[in-house]
Amino acid sequence: MSVQSWTYIFVSLSFGLYLFIAWISRVRDTEGFYVAGRGIPAAANGMATAADWMSAASFISMAGLISTMGYSGGIYLMGWTGGYVLLALLLAPYLRKFGHYTVPDFVGDRYDSNIARFVAVLCAIFISFTYVAGQMRGVGVVFSRFLEVDINVGVVIGMTIVFIYATLGGMKGITWTQVAQYWVLITAFLIPAIAISIKLTGQPLPQIGLGSTLDTSIAGQSGVYLLEKLNQIQSDLGFGRYTDTFTGNWDKVNVFCVALALMVGTAGLPHVLVRFYTVKSVQAARWSAFWALLFISFLYLTAPATAAFARFYMLNSLNGTQADELPAWFENWEKTGLILWFDDGDGIMRYSAGEDNEIFRTGAIPATEMTSIRVTHQQWVDSDGERGEDARPLLRQRGLTGPDRDIIVLATPEMAELASWIIALVAAGGLAAALSTASGLLLVISSSVAHDLYYRVLNPAATEKQRLLVGRSVIGIAVVVAGIFGIYPPAFVSQVVAFAFGLAAASFFPTIVLGIFNKRVGTIPAICGMLAGIGFTGFYIIACIFFDMEPWTFGLFANGINPQGIGTFGMLLNFLVTLTLTPLFPGPTQEVKNMVDSVREPEGIGLAVNIEASPEH
Amino acid sequence: MSEDVQSKTPDLGPSENQSALTRYWKSNLRTMLILLVVWAAGGLGAGILIADWLNQFQLFGSGYPLGFWFAHQGSIIIFVLLILVYCLVMNRLDARHHQEIQPSHPEE
Repeated sequence: MSVQSWTYIFVSLSFGLYLFIAWISRVRDTEGFYVAGRGIPAAANGMATAADWMSAASFISMAGLISTMGYSGGIYLMGWTGGYVLLALLLAPYLRKFGHYTVPDFVGDRYDSNIARFVAVLCAIFISFTYVAGQMRGVGVVFSRFLEVDINVGVVIGMTIVFIYATLGGMKGITWTQVAQYWVLITAFLIPAIAISIKLTGQPLPQIGLGSTLDTSIAGQSGVYLLEKLNQIQSDLGFGRYTDTFTGNWDKVNVFCVALALMVGTAGLPHVLVRFYTVKSVQAARWSAFWALLFISFLYLTAPATAAFARFYMLNSLNGTQADELPAWFENWEKTGLILWFDDGDGIMRYSAGEDNEIFRTGAIPATEMTSIRVTHQQWVDSDGERGEDARPLLRQRGLTGPDRDIIVLATPEMAELASWIIALVAAGGLAAALSTASGLLLVISSSVAHDLYYRVLNPAATEKQRLLVGRSVIGIAVVVAGIFGIYPPAFVSQVVAFAFGLAAASFFPTIVLGIFNKRVGTIPAICGMLAGIGFTGFYIIACIFFDMEPWTFGLFANGINPQGIGTFGMLLNFLVTLTLTPLFPGPTQEVKNMVDSVREPEGIGLAVNIEASPEH
Repeated sequence: MSEDVQSKTPDLGPSENQSALTRYWKSNLRTMLILLVVWAAGGLGAGILIADWLNQFQLFGSGYPLGFWFAHQGSIIIFVLLILVYCLVMNRLDARHHQEIQPSHPEE
């Protein structure tokens, strides 16, 4: 059977499963809608958190990033998992004990201020939308390659599915669907990695395979370590050695700052934090964080192996290939524009770090312009450089050297010539990753608007029914907006993701941590700290990305700080401003202090606040 | 909300209640600090700060340069174990704290 028929089977089976789960777990009240009635077991919640967290970016893009970055790709591995430790130790149990619906709720109540609540709501909405836009691109990539439908049709199908199960089941439907999606995506990620690992090294565990010797038939001799061979190929082609630390722009300071910003940003992401409101108790919140990271680690420990295997295949199968013997996967993916070949006229493909590189990607270049680039390049080849224009320097200048990182995970099974059902499974996994994250984010947007903004600020007298209606309508609107982002992807999406982490690092993390661990911090210092953190981080990222500002060295470092790492400084600034101002302003009221005390207490003394029992609900 | 919490907090002698809570909170902070030091040493330390130095060694019996291994594998394994330890220690601490306040609060 062909890859396409397998893909249709897997995708329709998994979509059917998601809708079925949504139907059996549909809800009628706001508590079920926002926090799943707090009846989710810790292990299931961990799985759902894992699926929520592992987005299209983790599933599709991360291994691709690592594949081209080598050692430095570890920033994503360490950053996105290390954040969970901060989350588990510093935030999750306390937020569960606090026991309201959302993160802005905690900020608003702890600092006793609607301004703080409002700032938190805006951050939550901004972070979530940035993320959703990225997911929709992932859905588009998978659909256009594997189902050969128009990207727009793919996005509409995906949005319809999310809309149905998110509005029907709310958090409960989403949580149980995410449990199913976790299994789909982890199976889809592990099976190809295991198959490739066996093929390359004879080791079934990719994590061991990555550190093992290559199969004799592939290396040509026995006892050659895969990583050593990869290092050698890389340096022959002018790339840095794969395992070498701190190459190029990735010096120690930048690797450190970006990793730390991602860690702190992870801990501050609202769609992850809200997960810990859905469990039964404080203990369950702790176990949830453990299960979540355990389930996440299965993918994150495998991704570096997939990345290195893919790099190995990519460099080996492209270099020296003749024009008439192009591999099938290359032709399939060339149609999507994610990988392009501009020959220098000798009919032999070359992928290197130098000026003779012939492999590129389309990036944000519009189709019409790309066509004319192709035509003039062909003229240039045909006329031996007399007419037309060499496309290679042109694309190099635009930073489009090498294939798009998004194809690495999706194309590697094809490169390794695995069975067609495995290739199709990867497509279903990519969709599961994108949809699970999108639905979690849509719920955060919905609760931010319907609960924090509409109910807590605009109309505190709203009835249960009104609030549920607003919640569902906001999901509807958010789905449409996200769909539009998917169909007309703003060119800046990938760059703005850095903003989401930086913003989460500079706003939520310090504010919540101080709110729990320091009883003295009052309203004004906290708001000033948040605004300083957000303002500084926002300014730096916008100036660097959109106005070509030279990255700052702070007079200390050899290289400027990458905008992705500026969240580290934003976080420090937030802490610094808040703590400096604290002695100058009045502390919180006795009521707030009591609340902090109760949040610090474990399960069993002051019970975790129950929604029905608390007077305002 | 805070009224609600107060009404739910068991009626212990205020000083006893407070000192039990303070003790609990101190052990909590100590556990947390120790684990966070391991977190920083494993992830930011071995994975980044001394990774270039560690890279001259290889992980025993494999082709992994050690610094690279910490950045791509070791740190993640350490993180998972850290949270596991945290859960076990904290849940035990919770149980002990619960027992400490038990005598003065029979209906719990």
